[in-house]
Amino acid sequence: MSDYISHDHEHDGIDRRGFLHCMAWAGTGLLWTISGGVLASRTLAQIAKGGDSLPSATDLSFLQISDSHIGFSKEANQDVTETFKIALDRINAMPTPPAFLIHTGDITQLSKPEEFDTFDEVLKSCRTKDVFFVPGEHDVLNDGGKLYRERYLKSVEAKGSGWYSFNKNGVHFIGLVNVLNLQAGGLGQLGEEQLDWLENDVKGLGSSTPIVVFAHIPLWAVYPQWGWGTSDSERALGYLKHFGSVTVLNGHIHQVLQKVEGNVTFHTAMSTAFPQPAPGTAPSPGPMKVPAEKLRSMLGLTNVQYVHGKSALAVVDSNLN
Amino acid sequence: MFTLIKTQKYSALLFASSFLFLANFALGQDEKEASAASPGHNQIVIKDFDFSPKTLTVKSGEKITWINRDDEPHTVVSVEKQFKKSSALDTDQEFTITAGAPGTYTYFCSVHPKMTGTIIVEKS
Repeated sequence: MSDYISHDHEHDGIDRRGFLHCMAWAGTGLLWTISGGVLASRTLAQIAKGGDSLPSATDLSFLQISDSHIGFSKEANQDVTETFKIALDRINAMPTPPAFLIHTGDITQLSKPEEFDTFDEVLKSCRTKDVFFVPGEHDVLNDGGKLYRERYLKSVEAKGSGWYSFNKNGVHFIGLVNVLNLQAGGLGQLGEEQLDWLENDVKGLGSSTPIVVFAHIPLWAVYPQWGWGTSDSERALGYLKHFGSVTVLNGHIHQVLQKVEGNVTFHTAMSTAFPQPAPGTAPSPGPMKVPAEKLRSMLGLTNVQYVHGKSALAVVDSNLN
Repeated sequence: MFTLIKTQKYSALLFASSFLFLANFALGQDEKEASAASPGHNQIVIKDFDFSPKTLTVKSGEKITWINRDDEPHTVVSVEKQFKKSSALDTDQEFTITAGAPGTYTYFCSVHPKMTGTIIVEKS
């Protein structure tokens, strides 16, 4: 099917078919549970209303937020601080707070100290205090990530340019950096040093240990023509293939996409700032302008739940409507 | 290419067949000539995650200015580190260098490395 706009009646750069197609990508229906997941899908808004609570069998629940782009003020969203606040309000309204948050990068638009300051100030309103970060390319623009590392790696034992791992409730979490030292013509990149570290990091783990990997740029070839992929991700995934459950969480592309390959589930999250076009549907992957009343339906966050003994983690997206 | 884009735009308007637009088209041509007539000033427009023109030929000693027309920051970085790199250019920000020794210089955006371009410097 063609992804070109065929009927642009309202001159807003989108037609009905394109809109429906686009919303399918963005997951407006909000919710689905991945294969093997045990939870019925529901929105965070429903959970907040108290009509539905998380099952007590859940061993671990955490949230992924991504691409807050604090400092962005263009047409696609002139108040990204406000939509970030709304996302945090949703988290605060959950009857059972998540154990922690994972932020998958692009905290800021331009890596400016004042943008990081604004982010940190707003984040204080979140009741969940533990937050784990990986950088996006927007966070390391002029200093190779120095400022980012000073601020956001205090609670972890980071190596190299900022990668690390930790364990929670029997799940092994790995935060990777794939936005530095990028090569002309190439994609996201992990690099030799980080790959060697990863190989060593998972060596001693039993194959039944659930693995969650998070990084900014997708670790699968979503759309290499737009740079949406990581050149050496295959090698990283090779070190993980003998594990029974691997969940890969990424940001960067500002829309929900999912792929299951063997025991590995790849998932990308919505942004809290602005949507980006579905792969190949626009001249470039830049910020996508949508009608104001549609914006919040295309922003969101991702809830991930782990139940001991189940093969896969449940990954549930919800938008900010 | 900057003027080429402009010409394409005016051509499209011209296609709408209005005499008024015909006058604008002529004006566009004048602008193009004026721009081409200013010696030693070369512009590369960054738009839709692309450098335009992708290959630019200049004389040694001439100035080259990149201007970012995207809602996304971009950089200009020499692949072989042959000239100083730009800081991140926000929307409408510019970066200028002066062409040095004759040769072929490739560069890319270190934020979006799929974006590449070439500058060919000839003897002045």
